[in-house]
Amino acid sequence: MKKQKTKGLSYGCISGISFCVIMAAWCIATYGGFVSDIFMPSPTAVWESIVEMAKDGSLWEHCFVSTKRVMIGWFWSAIAALPIGMLMARSKKFSAVFQPVIEFARYLPVVALVPLTLLYLGIDENQKYVIIFLGTFFQLVLMICDTVSGIEKNMINAARTLGANKLQVYTEVIFPAALPGLMDDFRLTIGWAWTYLVVAEMVAASAGLGYIILKSQRFLATDVIFAGLIMIGLIGLVTDFLLRLLTKVIVPWHERLGD
Amino acid sequence: MENIKLRVKNLQKVYPANGRKDKEVVALRDINLEVKESEFVVMVGPSGCGKSSLINIIGGLEDATEGEVQIDGKDVVGPGADRGMVFQGYSLFPWLTVQKNIEFGLKMKKVPKEERAKIAKEFIDLVGLTGFENSLPKQLSGGMKQRVAIARTLANHPQVLLMDEPFGALDAQTRVVMQELLARISRETKNTILFITHDIDEAILLADRIYVMSRRPGTIRDVMDVTIEGERNHEMLVKPEFLEMKRKIMEMLWQESQDAAMGK
Ligand SMILES: Nc1ncnc2c1ncn2[C@@H]1O[C@H](COP(=O)(O)OP(=O)(O)OP(=O)(O)O)[C@@H](O)[C@H]1O
Ligand SMILES: [Mg+2]
Repeated sequence: MKKQKTKGLSYGCISGISFCVIMAAWCIATYGGFVSDIFMPSPTAVWESIVEMAKDGSLWEHCFVSTKRVMIGWFWSAIAALPIGMLMARSKKFSAVFQPVIEFARYLPVVALVPLTLLYLGIDENQKYVIIFLGTFFQLVLMICDTVSGIEKNMINAARTLGANKLQVYTEVIFPAALPGLMDDFRLTIGWAWTYLVVAEMVAASAGLGYIILKSQRFLATDVIFAGLIMIGLIGLVTDFLLRLLTKVIVPWHERLGD
Repeated sequence: MENIKLRVKNLQKVYPANGRKDKEVVALRDINLEVKESEFVVMVGPSGCGKSSLINIIGGLEDATEGEVQIDGKDVVGPGADRGMVFQGYSLFPWLTVQKNIEFGLKMKKVPKEERAKIAKEFIDLVGLTGFENSLPKQLSGGMKQRVAIARTLANHPQVLLMDEPFGALDAQTRVVMQELLARISRETKNTILFITHDIDEAILLADRIYVMSRRPGTIRDVMDVTIEGERNHEMLVKPEFLEMKRKIMEMLWQESQDAAMGK
């Protein structure tokens, strides 16, 4: 027990050191005058622009708008992918219908679909959700299919011979058994959702972190670009942390978490 | 007159070829067997002779290529709570406590909560897991997990209990303990049991009657009654009648492998 703890601590140390090294490199490059302000702002400049945006409230607004878009787009993608992925894993027929379409669609670069979404949906919020949906849905279906295929077959057979009907097998066995893996899939795809959000916001938006990053580029406000990037990174970290925490709460029985 | 609980008639199982280079596998041929009410029947046979295929077909998890499975004279298709199964591998639901695992089948049948708890308690006691009601499967040893699996199936009151090498993954000592436990349970509950193993000792220790299967394609080679007197426990393993029977079965299986080696 004690040994493990020191091990955990040393990993923490490594992370801390790597963070410090990056910060130090940044400081030396900027304060030392090796790189021009326009290419790379100093930490102070970035900090000041963050504080300024926080004061006038625009920072929170952009963060809120972006987070909301990611969550809604990703949420619908997860809701739609879940039954399709589960059914694909369980039924050869269903898989035969969906597999080719999904394999094809997932290689379509989402960026190339942006003009179409603009044509069909204009520049309102729905267009942003659709971009995020398209970016995550197909991958998520295949990941869910994979996770569900990996469930111990004996468990499903046991349920069937204990008298569970088809629906009960899904709700009482397949879903809970897949849950730890599904949480991992969700956590990964929510990260990708941020990528597609920025794609969506850079094309047609009047708010959001992607939007301020693009707008700042026009004014060469590199400090604001960095501020935007840092905010995306931080929100990503927090989301990841919260999802991990949620996983621990909803699947406390999972072997990997140990006790 | 003795009641025939489970009957398998002219069962065949052929696994079709997978692709052009693959050959189809005849796993089972002309299987006929009967299990009487409250009887403990063991099928013993070499690895790969189709034991699992057979029990999965009886349990309704696989389709037979030909032939019928009957319970009380009626054909059955697909899985059902009348044929409870215990598997070799890990089959407990890891997110449910011992008690909830045992209640699973009853919950599917919408048995009220209090009654479920009452039945679960009875079977927890029967398999000797009192005090572990609220443990999770990951907190149990291999033997305890199989106890839960057995209790879970019994609590569902199946007509026939189908067991596919349920103790195959356990260490030798735990195995004997579990065999004795199962022998006791089958005597007390008068369940009808079809048990599969490739362990001859296990077969004789548990069975009222033994079917010996041949190598692939699996057919039934011989049937014999176990008439050894006395308690079914580890002491039985050194009785002369036991050893005589063991020698007979071993010879039969050895003959099988000879035939296979000669390419017959
Ligand atoms: N799904 C399948 N597709 C093709 N062949 C199969 C399939 N399942 C089993 N077989 C073949 O059928 C034969 C019987 O398999 P089965 O698993 O029933 O044997 P077994 O007697 O249970 O073996 P063991 O003692 O190793 O558990 C084997 O030769 C196996 O290769
Ligand atoms: Mg087998």
